[in-house]
Amino acid sequence: MTSIADRIAAPPLAGTANDAAQDAAPAPASLVQVMSLQLGNERELRLDLFRGLALWLIYIDHLPSNLFTWLTIRNYGFSDATEIFIFISGYTAAFVYGRAMLESGFVVATARIMRRVWQIYVAHVFLFTIFLAEISYVATSFENPLYTEEMGIMDFLKQPDVTIVQALLLRFRPVNMDVLPLYIVLMFFLPAILWLMKWRADVTLALSVLLYALTWHYDLYLSAYPNGYWAFNPFAWQLLFVFGAWCALGGARRMSRVLASPVTLWISIAYLFAAFCVTMTWYLPQLSPLMPRWLEQWMYPIDKTDLDVLRFAHFLALAAITVRFLPRDWSGLKSPWLRPLILCGQHSLEIFCLGVFLAFAGHFILAEVNGGAMLHGIISISGILIMSAAAWLFSWYKSNADKNASRKGTSGNADMAGGGA
Amino acid sequence: MKFNAGAILGLMVLAGCLTAASVRAEDAVQSCEVPDYLLSTESALPKVMDAVKGGHPLDILVIGSRSSTIPSAEASAYPGRLQAMLKEKLPAVAVNVSVELQTKKTAEEVAAGMVKLMEGKKPTLVIWQTGTVDAMRSADPDDFRGAVDEGVAALQTAGADVILMNLQYSPRTETMISAPPYLDNMRVVAQQHDVPLFDRFAIMRQWNDSGDFDLFTATHGIELAKRVHDCLGRALSKFVIDAAHVGPVQQN
Repeated sequence: MTSIADRIAAPPLAGTANDAAQDAAPAPASLVQVMSLQLGNERELRLDLFRGLALWLIYIDHLPSNLFTWLTIRNYGFSDATEIFIFISGYTAAFVYGRAMLESGFVVATARIMRRVWQIYVAHVFLFTIFLAEISYVATSFENPLYTEEMGIMDFLKQPDVTIVQALLLRFRPVNMDVLPLYIVLMFFLPAILWLMKWRADVTLALSVLLYALTWHYDLYLSAYPNGYWAFNPFAWQLLFVFGAWCALGGARRMSRVLASPVTLWISIAYLFAAFCVTMTWYLPQLSPLMPRWLEQWMYPIDKTDLDVLRFAHFLALAAITVRFLPRDWSGLKSPWLRPLILCGQHSLEIFCLGVFLAFAGHFILAEVNGGAMLHGIISISGILIMSAAAWLFSWYKSNADKNASRKGTSGNADMAGGGA
Repeated sequence: MKFNAGAILGLMVLAGCLTAASVRAEDAVQSCEVPDYLLSTESALPKVMDAVKGGHPLDILVIGSRSSTIPSAEASAYPGRLQAMLKEKLPAVAVNVSVELQTKKTAEEVAAGMVKLMEGKKPTLVIWQTGTVDAMRSADPDDFRGAVDEGVAALQTAGADVILMNLQYSPRTETMISAPPYLDNMRVVAQQHDVPLFDRFAIMRQWNDSGDFDLFTATHGIELAKRVHDCLGRALSKFVIDAAHVGPVQQN
């Protein structure tokens, strides 16, 4: 029964499309209706492409700033790769597990989602281990009197017992590691979201907006250890995830007229341009006197923790323009040049973790070697190459090495690859 | 594998130390230019201006956390350097810089004790360095903004000009301490109260990027700290004089 979802999760290369279509054909009419199949039966390569891109950008953003940092979108507008990642994750997760829910029912779908949650949780703990090793190293090797205060951050090493338990409870989350806990929480609530969506998709989206508004109004947040708050507030960021799910379950098709209208296009372009101008004043402080004060006072701070409306709108504008100018059947999606990106997007959980690890490793190398910009560039590029090679390896495993495995095994792996990380 | 990595690492560290040593020998005089845009501000320091023009003593109070001092070399930290450089640039004025260290206290805790702290003191100017402790404890940015806001208001009520100073740029701990939310919020408060913000973070990053300082190295000596603080004091003195519009030329 899980075959359709798994098929969708599988690499979408020529040939599978037909199989998937055959599989989908006998599906209940309600399925066709609810899912509206606006995606067709082929895996939406654009999603993989942009998720892969988001993963690369997250990796580069996690390295200390360098020449390549200027290539990442956060320098040209309000939103950054995190928005893309969470939105696409919501989209794919709803797509894959939404089908599972319709086909196999709530219980089975929930069970599969929970297995996915567990995988992400394990990945988080794995990354935490590496993080601990990194900072223990820094703590023992770094004795710069200039930074005695900052080194206080290592104090938690004095109580590893508490810290590790708090990390397992997702309450201790170092910088750069806060996306996965957010993702775990969002996935944990996915069964409820999907169940509501199945009932009334628009109401679900409205509830999500309401929760977002309440978060801003009442300042809801999750606390962290030893003190502080979650760097990505799940109460606010769920909006993007639910919006992604809503789009996957027919919302995108219903919005297609709005998306095709020239008014939307021009509003998007105008907004992106305005955001671009504002961002320029951050990076070229010479320009900042040009910013009107009233605008600054109204606009700042643009809050990432609570997914500022300006950020959300920026993401919407980007998405609207992308969908318009990059059709689903764009031939470039099959080009070998974009294969690495697409492959990375298809194995997002593994590649995300690898990216965080590589960023730690890159930090380490940069800290030990005075290599300058050259080394920085080499690290950025080799990180991306390693991520691509790993993604290729994962898909090779899936398409070749696991072929002879039992059917049960296959479905598990498919889940892992496409399950919507 | 492990041993190889260790050996390579050791060589790298050694090479790093050697280059660092050779660089140090060349740089007797530290160059630490700060681009003008990092030291320009639209906000003014009217009380400092009055004091300097009226020939009154200029009392400056630095309220800060541990990064406002250098352990075992307090006199070489930026407040001391600021005093020396202001005296040099404003010879006619009696400049006195004192420091009130509030170690391991968040902005909220410092702001709560601000009124008490100012009792019996009449500084012309307070330089409030904050944000580091909050960033390390990842305090809620909204609460942080509220606290800085409250603290600045208390200082202004007490009759002082205020300069806000933000975090140090610390590349080594970048993966552990997330500075941006606190930098952004301090900028916002500075704008709301129309007080100058001394952007220590951007200035130090500029030095690191331009190669004036390598803030990434794990130096064990105190020399780097002293030189950075000397440069910070120099930049800060220029910032104060510019914001108060009391350039040495006007003095003479």
